[in-house]
Amino acid sequence: MSEKTGAVMVVGGGISGVQTALDLAESGFRVYLIEKTPSIGGVMSQLDKTFPTNDCSMCILSPKLVEAARHPMINLMTMSEVVDVSGEAPDFKVKVRHNPRYVSMDKCVGCGICAEKCPVKVPNEYDANLVNRKAIYIPFAQAVPLKYSIDATKCLKLTKGRCGLCEKNCPAGAINYEDKAVEETLDVGAIILAPGFSTFDARLKKEYGYGLYPNVVTSLEFERFLSATGPYGGHVVRPSDQKTPKKVAFLQCVGSRDEKVGNTYCSSVCCMYAMKQAIIAGEHTAGLEPHIFFMDIRAVGKEFEDYRNRAEKEYGITMHRASRVANIIEDPETKNLILRYSANGDVAEEEFDMVVLSLGLEPPKGASALGKIFDVNLNRFGFAGTNVYSPLTSSRPGVFVTGAFAAPKDIPTSVAEASGAAAKAGAYIANKRGHLEEAKAEELAVEGQEPRIGVFVCDCGINIKGTVDVPSVVDYVKTLPNVVFAEENKYSCSADTQAKIKEIIKRENLNRVVVASCTPRTHEALFQSTLKEAGLNPYLFEMANIRDQCSWIHMGEPVKATQKAKDLVRMAVAKSRLLEPLYESKLPVTHSGVVIGGGISGMTAALDMAAQGFHVDLLERTGELGGNAMKIYHEEDGRKLREFAKELVTRVRNNKNITVHLNTEVKDVGGFVGNFKVKINDGTELETGSIVVAVGAEEYKPKEFLYGQDKRVVTQLELEDQMQKGPLAANKIAMIQCVGSRNAEAPYCSRVCCANAIKNAIAVKKANPKADVYVFHKDIRTYGFREELYKEAGQVGVRFVRVPEDKPPMVTKEGDALKLVATDTILGDDIMLKPDMVVLSTGIRPHHDNEDLAKMLKVPLSKDKYFLEAHMKLRPVDFATNGVYLAGLAHWPKFTDEAIAQASGAAARAMTVISKPELKSEGIIAAVNEDICDGCAICEPVCEYKAITIVADPKNPEKKKAIVNEGLCKGCGCCVAACPSGSMEQRGFKNQQIIAAIDAALEESE
Amino acid sequence: MSSAQHGHEAAPAAATPAEGGFEPKIIAFCCNWCSYAGADLAGVSRLQMPTNFLVIRSMCSARVDPEFVLRAFAKGADGVLVLGCHPADCHYIGGNYRARRRIALLKMLLEQYGLDPDRLHLEWVSASEGVKFQSTIKEFTEKIREMGPSPLKEAEGEDPRGEGASHH
Repeated sequence: MSEKTGAVMVVGGGISGVQTALDLAESGFRVYLIEKTPSIGGVMSQLDKTFPTNDCSMCILSPKLVEAARHPMINLMTMSEVVDVSGEAPDFKVKVRHNPRYVSMDKCVGCGICAEKCPVKVPNEYDANLVNRKAIYIPFAQAVPLKYSIDATKCLKLTKGRCGLCEKNCPAGAINYEDKAVEETLDVGAIILAPGFSTFDARLKKEYGYGLYPNVVTSLEFERFLSATGPYGGHVVRPSDQKTPKKVAFLQCVGSRDEKVGNTYCSSVCCMYAMKQAIIAGEHTAGLEPHIFFMDIRAVGKEFEDYRNRAEKEYGITMHRASRVANIIEDPETKNLILRYSANGDVAEEEFDMVVLSLGLEPPKGASALGKIFDVNLNRFGFAGTNVYSPLTSSRPGVFVTGAFAAPKDIPTSVAEASGAAAKAGAYIANKRGHLEEAKAEELAVEGQEPRIGVFVCDCGINIKGTVDVPSVVDYVKTLPNVVFAEENKYSCSADTQAKIKEIIKRENLNRVVVASCTPRTHEALFQSTLKEAGLNPYLFEMANIRDQCSWIHMGEPVKATQKAKDLVRMAVAKSRLLEPLYESKLPVTHSGVVIGGGISGMTAALDMAAQGFHVDLLERTGELGGNAMKIYHEEDGRKLREFAKELVTRVRNNKNITVHLNTEVKDVGGFVGNFKVKINDGTELETGSIVVAVGAEEYKPKEFLYGQDKRVVTQLELEDQMQKGPLAANKIAMIQCVGSRNAEAPYCSRVCCANAIKNAIAVKKANPKADVYVFHKDIRTYGFREELYKEAGQVGVRFVRVPEDKPPMVTKEGDALKLVATDTILGDDIMLKPDMVVLSTGIRPHHDNEDLAKMLKVPLSKDKYFLEAHMKLRPVDFATNGVYLAGLAHWPKFTDEAIAQASGAAARAMTVISKPELKSEGIIAAVNEDICDGCAICEPVCEYKAITIVADPKNPEKKKAIVNEGLCKGCGCCVAACPSGSMEQRGFKNQQIIAAIDAALEESE
Repeated sequence: MSSAQHGHEAAPAAATPAEGGFEPKIIAFCCNWCSYAGADLAGVSRLQMPTNFLVIRSMCSARVDPEFVLRAFAKGADGVLVLGCHPADCHYIGGNYRARRRIALLKMLLEQYGLDPDRLHLEWVSASEGVKFQSTIKEFTEKIREMGPSPLKEAEGEDPRGEGASHH
């Protein structure tokens, strides 16, 4: 690799920083990943589960942390901070200080004897200070890197010069009390800031008694209560008496939407995480009664509204709508808590066993210092200052921001932004891509050897162990033929277990490895690379899915679930005995991209790829670029969306790397990652390495509220159009929210309509202060900084009327007048209005062509017919099909800034493919046993990918035989089942391997 | 699911094992992209279901060789499920159509072996259908439970239990 490889500095090792580092590294750039604490992982590592899939947070995060730490292009620098930045992009000089760890990274093996011996107890930040750690410590069991460090402010030796127990007891001689901070200056082309966020200090809300009443806890503390690795092993208990609570109240907007504490914005994520915590707590504790007190439930993300409905209807969570709790009083006897709150205009009181405060998000600690060091502007709340049209760009060229540093946001948005920031940063150093020569790993020869199988059975915290008797599975496994080693792991996927597996492979001379844990769909690749690092061919690995397909679906039946886990492991062991080493072949890559859709998202993705020197074919089905934005006249950040779209069109038109195809539809998609062929309606076949789907969405065309029958009933877009043309001839205007959203036909929230309606309501009031403007809504969902609009609307006199969820207003005609009747849930009464104009806030609907395109691309749609990404949390812009990516409204309704960030993210992901000199084929493909094949050609038409051809046998020209093109074969195995002679086989899924699993499944066990 | 007509099986084994109730053994072949993901989703959603089935993952439902199904019955399975992507949703374009044809033929073959063809069932379960995975498992388990143990199992058993066992 050349010395001149371009480098990017990433500041912050949470999920956003880790993702951006991985995307840059996979695109051929050097990354310095700077983290000030001893481990990467950030706040996500502290979470128990993640909404809306309730995936185990550590389980999905841990593989990413391990991948970042082992990536040859990433220099991980923990306990480090930036002290000075000079120069300009792409020639920044960044001075980094590496603070002393007092433990040698090279020598420490993470055994933990030091912490065992250390006499100093310190509150454990990772466990929200609920329990103690030692002065020498790792932040959490799955820490990356798994190296101890000494807390210099607490260590007796470093503060008082006595003790020294850790040094005496360390078997590796890793302790170094003389360790000093070291500074170095690094040359980087661009910088990405991902310092995350901090949470509101609950003590500032004195009326809730946090810190005084033991049974009032914060949401982050409660997250640790729920976690299997937390202080209570996943059991919900009251801190005052360690008893199981019955009634638990979750209080929303603590430190959000609150003028008194100065945080007027909405923290965007608390509604969802509170529902998640309430659901999980209910699952952990029989008979628990969760209550949530909220003003508006802001379930705006993909499948969030479904989650909210399930929370209420299936999990029996009591929702106290439009309720802000005024104060909490503790009963000194019982330590129960009495909540006083508003309910339908009255004041009510209710007693609870425990209260969880849903803390709002604040800028990260030290944000202003960070702003000064990097010379970037912060906004009025102290978050990084960005703009709707350049959501990832700071005020300093070449410095980008991602994640919650710019605004409170959820994990998928942070991850999509992280990829987006990688695209932006990479553009500064695109000509300095470096590619590592693949290190030729020595591989142990295993053919012809007796199988020596090692089995690792995972507890997954309590996810598996809570139901399955793991030790008895381990004991059972040891009795199976060829199993020479078996053990139990708390988390098989954690960095420390990976290291241990490698060591055991070598020590025990294992030539097959079985892990019984979660699903191969998410974790097979991780374990395979562990095998590779230990010198074993990665295909000598098999997984038994004893979590997703056993402990989680048989929760009440521990005996049967344990038996089933044994059956599943026995099957995996049986198959593993017959596994063979497989090898991937190298495939060429077409170094260009295709973007489908010429709206803001599509144009952004195309420009980002073009900026790194790749040619892009941009396909647009209509006769002009610009998409939905061309119809939108309102302003965002002082600029009309339409004007911005026009500017993008000009930039696309002038970019020599982009070929625009108007009036163009996709007719067929062939090929595979790195080598797609996209056929368009003029018959042209475009060759491309990756495809970005940015086909947008459609506005709902209302059938209700007399729309189309009375011209005084218009949509918000039509209102904007009218206001463009001149003053409105209306003095009384009624806006109706959720038209075509959150109903039986489209049960989801369209995310943007609340803020857009309010923006227009303010504009109407500003143009004509005498106008009466009413907004009829179910919840106002102005999340994030858009909450400011809601506040402003109230100040200028827009009237908000909350209507029941199942009872929208009725619009009828009385004579010539429009009449609107609605139930006001706050007043508990019907109100009647005769508006001059009714404005419908119409929802967003998926594009009607999505199904056809999804079929051609072989990617799935969600239940609501939006495109469905590979993983809702951590792969928000990927499809399960490699090489195809997703951006904008095709994914889900969203605002412009979110669509732009996601489009940059999709571009970055696409560039991880097309920037590579070559790709590797699948290992699991079909192969012909030429000795048996008699060229009957039954397999040839069966193959959907035209990967099989029948040729003359070179050894015997009289005979024919089948051959498989390894680049085209996708490994479905369809031909194998069709082959009458048994000469076609699927590697990794051979007939005898599957039959071994079948036989093992039906064997009588114990 | 159509209700079982199991008249074809010679003398269905009415006698259940003495140790309390017949527990069917079911093998479920799941394609990697839709049904296996649907089964995982059922887990993620904590949808509860009977433990009587064991999943074998194949990349595509079309990979399920008829031999696998026959082998499972020969080794004592009481029922076999083949689960794939919905028509037109196959990750490998049309593998599920081939699976559908193969299963139709296999059912005819099973009848010739004296097995009720309803012991083999093909269902489409997508990656977003955790609930359908659950209901498929529940309904199929119940159906097989009603049908009783596979007559092949009785025939093959190493320990024919004399008068109590069915005779074909």
